[in-house]
Amino acid sequence: MKLHATINGRKRVLEIQPGDVLLDTLRDHDFISVRRGCDSTSCGVCTILVEGKPVPSCTYLSARAEGKTITTVEGVQDHAARLAGFFGGEGADQCGFCNPGIALSVYALSNEAPDADEDTIRHYLTGHLCRCTGYHSQVQAVKKYLEGLK
Amino acid sequence: MKKTNVVNTFNPSIDGKGIMMGRKAFTEDFAPKDALIIKVMRSPHAFAKITHIDVSEAKKLPGVEIVLTHKDFKRNAYTRAGQGYPEPSPHDKFVLDEYVRHVGDEVCAVAAVDEATALKALDAIKVDFEVYDPVLDFEGAKDHKVRVHPEDDIHEMFPIGFDPKRNLAAAYHMEIGDVGKTLDDSDVVVEESFHTTPQAHAMMEPHAVHAEIDYNDRLLMFSSTQTPFHVRRILSQTLEVPIHKIRVIKPRVGGGFGGKQALHGEMLCAAVTLRTGKASKMVYTRKEVFESTYSRHRMRLDFKIGATKDGKITALDVYGLSDTGAYGEHALTVYMVTGSKVLPLYNKVDAVRFHGDIVYTNRMPAGAFRGYGAVQGNFALESIIDMLAEKLGMDPVELREKNMIKEGETSKIFEVMGEGTEGTAMDMESCKLEYCLKRGLELTDWRGKHPKKVEDSKVRSVGMAIAMQGSGIPFIDMGAATIKLNDDGFYNLTIGATEIGQGSDTVLAQIAAEALGCELKHVVVYSSDTDLTPFDTGAYASSTTYVSGNAVYKAASKLRDMMIREAARMLKCDVESIDFDGRTFTDSSGSSVTLSKLSNTLTYNDEQQQLTATHSYVGHKSPPPFMAGFVEVMVDRETGEFDILDYTSVVDVGTTINPKLAQGQIEGGIVQGIGMATYEEYHMSKKGKNITGDFLNYKIPSQKEINRLRTEFADSYEDSGPYGAKSAGEIGIDTPPAALANAIYNATGVRITTLPITPEKILMGIKQKEKDRQ
Repeated sequence: MKLHATINGRKRVLEIQPGDVLLDTLRDHDFISVRRGCDSTSCGVCTILVEGKPVPSCTYLSARAEGKTITTVEGVQDHAARLAGFFGGEGADQCGFCNPGIALSVYALSNEAPDADEDTIRHYLTGHLCRCTGYHSQVQAVKKYLEGLK
Repeated sequence: MKKTNVVNTFNPSIDGKGIMMGRKAFTEDFAPKDALIIKVMRSPHAFAKITHIDVSEAKKLPGVEIVLTHKDFKRNAYTRAGQGYPEPSPHDKFVLDEYVRHVGDEVCAVAAVDEATALKALDAIKVDFEVYDPVLDFEGAKDHKVRVHPEDDIHEMFPIGFDPKRNLAAAYHMEIGDVGKTLDDSDVVVEESFHTTPQAHAMMEPHAVHAEIDYNDRLLMFSSTQTPFHVRRILSQTLEVPIHKIRVIKPRVGGGFGGKQALHGEMLCAAVTLRTGKASKMVYTRKEVFESTYSRHRMRLDFKIGATKDGKITALDVYGLSDTGAYGEHALTVYMVTGSKVLPLYNKVDAVRFHGDIVYTNRMPAGAFRGYGAVQGNFALESIIDMLAEKLGMDPVELREKNMIKEGETSKIFEVMGEGTEGTAMDMESCKLEYCLKRGLELTDWRGKHPKKVEDSKVRSVGMAIAMQGSGIPFIDMGAATIKLNDDGFYNLTIGATEIGQGSDTVLAQIAAEALGCELKHVVVYSSDTDLTPFDTGAYASSTTYVSGNAVYKAASKLRDMMIREAARMLKCDVESIDFDGRTFTDSSGSSVTLSKLSNTLTYNDEQQQLTATHSYVGHKSPPPFMAGFVEVMVDRETGEFDILDYTSVVDVGTTINPKLAQGQIEGGIVQGIGMATYEEYHMSKKGKNITGDFLNYKIPSQKEINRLRTEFADSYEDSGPYGAKSAGEIGIDTPPAALANAIYNATGVRITTLPITPEKILMGIKQKEKDRQ
């Protein structure tokens, strides 16, 4: 079957199987920023934006994305590069496996709640597990990033 | 310390931007599109023998390339541990075996054109098992009637106490002084048993590997490993492939924590590609990461501590039982670290004994994990120190200050205990533990808060612990670095050292840039490729900054000397008269040549040559980092629930080459330690099946668990380290279990001796105390 979707601003038609999930579909089409972490919607690593909202792609059926707008980090490179500067500034980038997913959630957060305080940031990013940083530096980085947008 | 320009200054990690932008970086990103997908049938039984296996139907399926069972491999015992050679772990595993020894152990493997076909093929394989009663209780495993390893073709590489007939993977005994007599003569003795549970590494990137045969007819493997050179050697030895036919590349690794020190998918992936000639790929599912790799060792530590009535600690006596599960990966060495990197904290004792058994069970194997046994030991020791203080009627901080190791001192234990072997005597040339303790008390307003403050049904309390670790394994861990001067004066730094997200590429580039006097951006780093980079044992034992960092420093210094020699030739002056500021060589008469000019001339115009320097380093000591950790909690006495309000760490890692990255190492360790201390736990069914095989059932800390982390570093300089550095990778994980147990005791009077510290255990303890009072 065919999936018609707008991926990173470009209309695409992709060949998919009924049981495929977006994680595999996107990686198979070289959107390799979408990382594989758990396959059970519980780590946040594979986060993408569908219609601007963060969703885990590991359990999002590709067929469900018919006609929708999908964003991966490949589609928000300037944002990711800018955010990386703040992560670097706080020492918040260790292995970085979860960072593309976080970058997308921060992108959505900056649209939904640009004035988010620390608690809101923590709440918003709770779905993104990270085993490296202890989170403190991530929250500081995101806070400064949001302040920088003003 | 001399003023530095690149080292000990703020520098963001050199690779963070590209990784945030989602560029190709991790193992799976480089896999060939046509790679065969490998799937493994996992044992549903904790202990069984495969009596019959029929793969004929699976082989007939279109798209199935190869099916591998134990019959397809020569029996060649090895260890997955991923250590130097000869390994201190028993060779007790086969690539595939007729026995399966834990739920999740490999039964057989299939490689097919896609995942669906591979899974279908696994379904088509018929296996008959003879199922045995498993040994699940590690406390009854020694001399159990059931032998986890009944086969006779397994062996130890040198004496480690390996005795599979008694279910012993290893055993250890050491005694300094007369412990029995010293304890008898002590005014006060406290005795307690402590239990720790296995912990999952839960790195975000699952283990991944892919292989192909390159155009030179060699095996090219990409692996998310912490030990690429060990992988090459172990593949060669076990599959009997000449080592020169193997190249292992480690791309970016998405976290390791010891979990990727061992080989996991590499063996089957290599076997599939070698036999089919086709590219193959194996990515562990999260369930496989949880149940088919290895975890932290479960331990029971029986502790005795003696003291005089004025608070001088006289003796430490520890018997430990460690559960290595089905295979003895890191069995002996993890247990030894439980003593060797914990007990020297109190170095003024008259006698110390440390002994124990590391037993086989039919549980998931245990292996290397950040802290490497020291976490378990620290939980026991730093809990019993608080217990002793109470019995002595002494302030626990004062008891520590009186007895703990200080700068310039030593401990006999360093000489007696190494890792699998004898140790190395050393004095503490840098030890700012006293400062760490004092500063932590100030930062946390300890005196104002200790032990507790009652606020209605809630109690606010504090607890603390001190810790030490090491910096590499002396005379064993070796790291090497090569630095090359390019035209226009920039450098390539190639290192065997293994970046796994801890920031070693950045830190090692900083050391090179400092030694060469250049900007960080002029050092281009390439690491961990067995063809192209020099050797390094790998990312483990807190060795990279200290061991590999020393190699980088020495290689850079050597190259600097070579460049100065060439500049002197060009300027027709003595080498001694050259001053080099990183950009320009100037002689005493004021004549000068720039590095750019020199390197271009050497490349294109005159006496052309490639300047390259290589140096290696093996530590002659393992200077410990030290820290003091302080936790503040709010405990609800009605429910046993508690919140961690603050965790403050004051740490002596020597010079922080990169202060922000060092802070990240400490804080990541603290939070991983808090996870272990508070809820991380494997749960098994009665038959040994893991029921915590995903992040929904095995919880790791999320954004919301910790309210505040504070980290400070002591001003410290380790003379033997590069620019004064020791290590920072492991020490952070050591203090949370004991500090938290002490805080909970201070709040409730309940002493938790079995991890994790859960609200249920606290509440049950409170209820028990109420009952006892009635």
